[in-house]
Amino acid sequence: MQIIKNQQIIDDTWLSLADDDAIKTGDICISLSRWQQDKAQLINHQGLLGVQIEPTEVISDIAADLGQFAMVAINFPVFSDGRGFSHAQMLSGQYGYTGEIRAVGQFMVEQVFYLSRVGFNSFCLANPAELPGALASLNDFSVSYQLAV
Amino acid sequence: MYQYNEHDQTLIEERVAQFRRQTDGYLNGSISEDQFRALRLMNGLYIQTHAPMLRIAVPYGLLSSRQLRKLAYIARVYDKNYCHVTTRQNIQFNWPKLEQVPDILAELAQVQMHAIQTSGNCIRNTTSDHLAGVCTDEIEDPRPYCEIIRQWSTLHPEFAYLPRKFKIAVSGSLQDRAATQLHDIGVHLVKNAAGETGFEILVGGGLGRTPVIGQVIRPFLEKKHLISYLEAIVRIYNLFGRRDNKYKARIKILVKETSLAKFSTLVEAQWQRIKDGMELSDDHIANIKGHFKAPAYDDTAQAGSAQLQTQLASDASFATWFKYNSLEHKIAGYRIVFLSLKAPGIAPGDLTDNQLDAVADLADQYSFGEVRNSHRQNMVLADVKQADLYALWQKLVQLNLATPNIGTVTDLICCPGLDFCSLANAGSIGIAKEINDAIDNLDYLYDIGELKINISGCMNGCAHQSVGHIGVLGVDKNGIEWYQLTLGGSSDNQAALGERLGPAIAKNDITQAITTILDVYIKQRQEDESFLSMVNRVGMGPFKEKVYANN
Repeated sequence: MQIIKNQQIIDDTWLSLADDDAIKTGDICISLSRWQQDKAQLINHQGLLGVQIEPTEVISDIAADLGQFAMVAINFPVFSDGRGFSHAQMLSGQYGYTGEIRAVGQFMVEQVFYLSRVGFNSFCLANPAELPGALASLNDFSVSYQLAV
Repeated sequence: MYQYNEHDQTLIEERVAQFRRQTDGYLNGSISEDQFRALRLMNGLYIQTHAPMLRIAVPYGLLSSRQLRKLAYIARVYDKNYCHVTTRQNIQFNWPKLEQVPDILAELAQVQMHAIQTSGNCIRNTTSDHLAGVCTDEIEDPRPYCEIIRQWSTLHPEFAYLPRKFKIAVSGSLQDRAATQLHDIGVHLVKNAAGETGFEILVGGGLGRTPVIGQVIRPFLEKKHLISYLEAIVRIYNLFGRRDNKYKARIKILVKETSLAKFSTLVEAQWQRIKDGMELSDDHIANIKGHFKAPAYDDTAQAGSAQLQTQLASDASFATWFKYNSLEHKIAGYRIVFLSLKAPGIAPGDLTDNQLDAVADLADQYSFGEVRNSHRQNMVLADVKQADLYALWQKLVQLNLATPNIGTVTDLICCPGLDFCSLANAGSIGIAKEINDAIDNLDYLYDIGELKINISGCMNGCAHQSVGHIGVLGVDKNGIEWYQLTLGGSSDNQAALGERLGPAIAKNDITQAITTILDVYIKQRQEDESFLSMVNRVGMGPFKEKVYANN
């Protein structure tokens, strides 16, 4: 599976775990509730840790633990739910998170430029055939009005 | 007015290219119907009953003569020779072809115009007082702050997929002519006890299905914090506004359900996190203000006074027009002139290509090359020398733009209704025409005096019927058009929502019902009492009794 990360199409190394999957070796991404439940065990995980945030979740709930995560994945169950944009803005703009911020789910290629402006630096598209278009879209605008995070 | 720099121009040209690609993507099937819907709406493009409708942004209603000529050209080449002024001071075209929209946008970009965020669940065109900078009751010109908000909100990456649309209005004067209490955010320029000018911020107002009057969330905000504070409000709304039901998704519902106190605590906490580092510098504000300097007024303009008095005394039609369609200007020797877009037989707010061109010429000749759209769907030439009024009036008469009815019953606000809009339940333009036909006696019109009728063809309330002195709302009953009347609404300082008069009225009887209401007013008013004051005094009773007398 390929993704866009830091303006390049690369192979994805992350394994996304469902809440009832056993914890596996390697770089794993878990849900916020899994993290809260199995924190004691996960903190000693040998690979890298990522956490996936849903639209209804609140960024301040993981603020104290951000140092544990090499990646925060933000899910878009539907493209029209814009909460993930604010989550990313707060992560990078307000909580100083400098790791990978990845968009996952049903977002559109046409949203990739805005996503990158609020702090997303990685994009996992539902349809990998759209990766080249998404990469090009990162340059839709050469100018902006607002300060970028 | 604000002039684009290279940065602004590049941005809108890149937007044209982006929208061209999105339209191509839709036409070739790589962008789905559902996806394109969100993308086209964010660019003001609706799919309507007959054809797409394209809404063009007119920031705070201000247009240059060059822009008017471009709109005339677009009306001629891409549409059916006319356009429509909206209640958000924008311009709409009703007949463009979908595949030509990118070309229209490219034309608009040549004159610093676009259709960005004129629809969709994003921050819409910021509206303001159509008398900004020229009225006599101004604390400070609101337009520089509107422009600052325009720049901040344009293509704001975080706020393009809000729960619902988001509207901001700014007023700089004592009298609120921008309906700020009925916006998602209302901004008032105010002075604090120390004499400093800043902003009072209102939140959670709005019209539509559930009209609500906004509440003060911050009595005084220093100017430098304007953008950070707006950003904090919109972020809290984006995160917590309801997304489960589109009729409960506006910020007014969030404020109501969480309570103003709790909502402001959330906003305050967010604002404290971001405000340092987002301040507007004095230099930046001064720079934007520099775009709104007063024009080079003629010091000798007062000299025309005697001549004007003679003209007023010798020509009764001119005097009537002067009384109703012009207003006092803050500079002696000048007047503010309204162009009535409510001539009998014309859909309220419509202008032809030829009228647009002619208005551009008049603006150049008489008003420093600028025109404003008002939220009551008229146009304004803001800076006319009194010595020029007679000549200007004669030209406006020829253009059918001098109907002396500003502020009266026939100066009604009206949405496109069932004739054009796919959301509408009932016609509105036809009702406007019937009312106009019924009140063809000018003496009667003037006797009624100030009265605002607002007609919307559906619950979405584009014509702000709930704040009309008389509100008319089209409803559908088993495929038949009916109308619900409300009385006593107002969008000015004493904002109020109209009260329902009684059961809906059939289409055939609606004009009769309205003229009955007017008759009750004429017969039962006290001396010098306006319609609105009388409604507030007597309530629905006397009106109800007569309107429903035969049922």
